[in-house]
Amino acid sequence: MTKVMGDWVSELGGRAESATSISWRELQRRSRRENIGRAWYKFSRNPLSVAGLAIVLTIVFLAIFAPYVTPYPHHAGPFTDFENAKLPPNLKYLFGTDTIGRDILTRVIFGFQDALLMGIVVLALVVPPGVLLGLVAGYYQGTWIDTIIMRITDIFLAVPPLILALAIASVLKPNLMNSMMAVSLMWWPWYARLVYGLTSQLRNEYFVKSAETIGASKAHILFREILPNCVSPIFTKMSLDMGWVILIGSSLSFVGLGVQPPKPGLGTMVADGARYLPDQWWIPVFPALGIVVIVLGFNLLGDGLRDLLAAEEA
Amino acid sequence: MTPILEYKNLKKYFTVGHRGLLRREPITVKAVDGVSFVINKGEVFGLVGESGSGKSTVAYTTIGMYRPTSGAIEFQGESLFTKEGKRPRHIKKEIQIVFQDPGSSLNPRRSVKEILELPLSIHQPAKKHIGRVAELLEMVELPVDYMYKYPHALSGGEKQIVAIARALATEPSFIILDEPTSALDVSIQGKIINLLLRLRQEFHLSYLFITHDLSLMRNVASRVAIMYLGKICEVAEASEFFRNPKHPYTQMLLSSIPVVSEEEEKLKPKRVQSRGEIPSPVNIPSGCSFHLRCPYKMDICPRVDPEMVDTGEGHYVRCHLYPVQENSRPVAV
Repeated sequence: MTKVMGDWVSELGGRAESATSISWRELQRRSRRENIGRAWYKFSRNPLSVAGLAIVLTIVFLAIFAPYVTPYPHHAGPFTDFENAKLPPNLKYLFGTDTIGRDILTRVIFGFQDALLMGIVVLALVVPPGVLLGLVAGYYQGTWIDTIIMRITDIFLAVPPLILALAIASVLKPNLMNSMMAVSLMWWPWYARLVYGLTSQLRNEYFVKSAETIGASKAHILFREILPNCVSPIFTKMSLDMGWVILIGSSLSFVGLGVQPPKPGLGTMVADGARYLPDQWWIPVFPALGIVVIVLGFNLLGDGLRDLLAAEEA
Repeated sequence: MTPILEYKNLKKYFTVGHRGLLRREPITVKAVDGVSFVINKGEVFGLVGESGSGKSTVAYTTIGMYRPTSGAIEFQGESLFTKEGKRPRHIKKEIQIVFQDPGSSLNPRRSVKEILELPLSIHQPAKKHIGRVAELLEMVELPVDYMYKYPHALSGGEKQIVAIARALATEPSFIILDEPTSALDVSIQGKIINLLLRLRQEFHLSYLFITHDLSLMRNVASRVAIMYLGKICEVAEASEFFRNPKHPYTQMLLSSIPVVSEEEEKLKPKRVQSRGEIPSPVNIPSGCSFHLRCPYKMDICPRVDPEMVDTGEGHYVRCHLYPVQENSRPVAV
């Protein structure tokens, strides 16, 4: 009987039993490698998401090693060279030079630093509290806990992030730190809402009911049973939001509330350069392209992740 | 025979909304409305009913997903009148459940090993569990290397087998099987049933087997109860139940089982035409709730709800066709 049943089952699984000879740890390693391999295969079949990943990785690499990869690292600071000011793109200065003679290519690459910093810091501030509140409110859906958390969330959602960032930044000192705080304050409710929706569905799944009846702790149910099932949508939203946050950071720089000169901010460069259009077009256009590329990269990556994880569910 | 689980006039009502603007009257669904029966040690008690009859609510109240509205559930003399959050750990260890939908009962983000380790880590903390996980997999005849598989790599039948292994992990004495095979292919149903019956013998388990599949009960259950709109119509030993069904509803269900051969057709009770559908549990008909569909409807049926009557040999029926005897009292089954 045992034998027959075993054969039948392993036939269904498509793999014969061979476990006893190798160690469990080896087995675990092998199946993990298999899962990662399968995921990468699926991801790599979509050229757009691979392009997104390539763009993101390139930008991160450029930002980290900016002092070593840029042609004129000292142009990132307060540097003037009026003899070479307003030069159009040429072989020496690929993106041309700005009004006081600084290499625009160098400044765009340095501009990636603060753009990425903005995105990473805001998301790091926003995701943990948003996810936690969403989990708790969703799990206790219909109780007063849910009502309190979600009504507060709604209040925050009612204020557009850019407006509040403007308000805060104009009250406090206008700098990158303060605008990041302001954007974060307005951004967490989106994560709370996302996770709330997922959790209020997942809590009715039998595997959650089963953990409850077995006697698992609330912490186990929230963080081990429910949260892992929310990770893919959260991840996708994060990579899409990365682009949005960078865009808002650039907007803040554009109106003078973000990165402060002489540090190169992509938004600031576009704002300052705009008045030289159309004659010295390269001054605003290349920083603007920088913003486009970084946002595009994260969006493509986010779309790819979403498709990948959706396919995994099916 | 010693009882392991007793239901005494168990009721579970749900409030689904309110009607009226000023005087808000709650709209209640009487999912379980006065159910009494006993499950004996070592028994497979079959609870059969159409969808919406309240059979799953009985299961979920037993496991603690709901708190009963009134009545009592006693597990070996201990009251289960609580939700799971307030139940002592030893009760949670003794009573386990296998859900209907194996797709939803295993967390897609946790490996088989993690799934099986959860009950172990709660009920036998501070121990290495990997050996026990392997043991559980052997017990349910799955290869040990399934430990590191995730549910999406398993077939429906294998998922259900893992769910059974999880239920066994705490070494329970009583397992609720909530339609454990209804989501599976027929070819796999038989394997799962055989596995369940073998495990029952090996570990001296008692089952509450919930299903809508009457023909399955004939081979599996030692006693069978039929539920209709939150109430039990008939309880009997399985052999008696299929040979001599007394309640018109039971007769209707049995005669609507599809059969292949003529011999099988002869085994069935006299034909009772199945008509109508189960009414909404929000609007339960007056008197005997079955009178709208009953071929033997009498004048008394829409007015008075019949009482459970002992017709001998442990065969209980709740129908006006079997009037209460002078000397007999209403019985708790």
